[in-house]
Amino acid sequence: MIIGAGQAGAQAAASLRQEGFAGAITLLGEETPPPYQRPPLSKAYLMGALEESRLYLRPRDFYEKNAIELRLGARALRIDRAGKAVTLESGEALAYDKLLIATGAPPRRIPVPGADLPGVAYLRTIEDSDALRAVLAGARRLVIVGAGYIGLEVAAAARKAGLEVTILELAPRALSRVACPQVSAFFHDLHRAAGVDLRLETALAGFEGAGRLEAAVLQSGERVACEAALVCVGAAPETQLAEDAGLKVENGVWVDETAQTEDPSIWAAGDCANHPSVLYGRRVRLESVPNAIDQAKAAAANMTGKRVVYDATPWFWSDQYDVKLQTAGLGEGADQVIARGDPKSKRYAVFSLKQGRLLAVDAMNDPASFIAGKKLVALKASPNPKMLADPAADLKSLLAAPPKEQD
Amino acid sequence: MPKITYIEQNGTEHVVDAEVGLSVMEAAVRNMVPGIDADCGGACACATCHVYVDEAWLEKTGKPEAMEESMLDFAYEPKPNSRLSCQIRVSEALDGLVVRLPEFQG
Repeated sequence: MIIGAGQAGAQAAASLRQEGFAGAITLLGEETPPPYQRPPLSKAYLMGALEESRLYLRPRDFYEKNAIELRLGARALRIDRAGKAVTLESGEALAYDKLLIATGAPPRRIPVPGADLPGVAYLRTIEDSDALRAVLAGARRLVIVGAGYIGLEVAAAARKAGLEVTILELAPRALSRVACPQVSAFFHDLHRAAGVDLRLETALAGFEGAGRLEAAVLQSGERVACEAALVCVGAAPETQLAEDAGLKVENGVWVDETAQTEDPSIWAAGDCANHPSVLYGRRVRLESVPNAIDQAKAAAANMTGKRVVYDATPWFWSDQYDVKLQTAGLGEGADQVIARGDPKSKRYAVFSLKQGRLLAVDAMNDPASFIAGKKLVALKASPNPKMLADPAADLKSLLAAPPKEQD
Repeated sequence: MPKITYIEQNGTEHVVDAEVGLSVMEAAVRNMVPGIDADCGGACACATCHVYVDEAWLEKTGKPEAMEESMLDFAYEPKPNSRLSCQIRVSEALDGLVVRLPEFQG
């Protein structure tokens, strides 16, 4: 039984079959479309450049052919651990032997006045993206609350569509929770150059309008006139089911390195799962497609009785204007930052190190630095800083096997 | 619809009808061809949809752009005919295309 038919849930269902599991698989999804990829919802799909069916992770008949019972529009209300059953909103109870929680992380809502006015949008689902596209089509000015990846990606899409865009960010820099200051500065400059009014240390008081959005009101009292607003101030793990079932929840559903909860019959994977990072020696919860895929693969293997430790190197990507960001590792705690290339050339990479060890790389239009960096991060390597900083140095040579000791 | 043949490492052939406008990666995923992971869904970000284009088709599929080329450079066993299949668009001109899959992705 899998609760949640997002990237993690769908991957787990497919991986269970690849692992040779021959029993019944039920995949429960709250939404009505078959499992789909969310990243294009803030980019190509939002702009109307990708039809809905191209979002689907697998063809519809994949599930039938693999004997995966895909139950869409089905909301799980309760997990009964003692009776090993999941109760649906419809009242139906479904028995399980093993359960995977893959409920994801929906956007945080903000309790400000006017947040329910027509024209104010959130973005997580296909339905949300469709609604936002409709709002944007009738708008000239868009206010985005939150300068995280989703906010910046939508800003890029809206600028391409000719809208005036203002971003309000509470923190002193964009991407403050996920990137180092150099990367924040790069994207700040990129958006300012594209004509986005990116305002830092700016707090929203609420939204105003007579029956429909007319302005965002700042705490300073200033009104920013707009016909559309997107609120994207981070996501919160969906943990209600786990909490109600008495499972440990700490910024996500607590799991061990095998994606198992404290209950030996229940696993969790993806955005909702808080897991120990083998690489960094601390607990993390990651909101990214690769984490959802790789952790779900590990969970699926372990659900079939194997013992696979989830230790994939975290990575992530984002597309804004003509810049592709690829990032690997987690830079938190770095004591040294090394830049490679010229940010103005839009080909630029930033390496974050701690006591010489490479913790993370953020690469803008520089896939070689990304891939080499990702491999070095996984190796816990301490690469030569001079080579990292020199755009002419071949990073591949850093990956060459270290010379073997003489026998 | 153009036909595309995907050949696995073990020689297993998958001949699929590919819709024009999709990528060669999407055509594989839609037809459940194993061995093309496409973790990033076609964003040219992950290099897990690596294929070897049959030599006879190289001219028609064209050359990789710089970003793709750099990604391929780090792929498992890259060759001169390596491509990321998410970056090859299906067209009538590619009817009969043959691609081979590497042993591993990533």
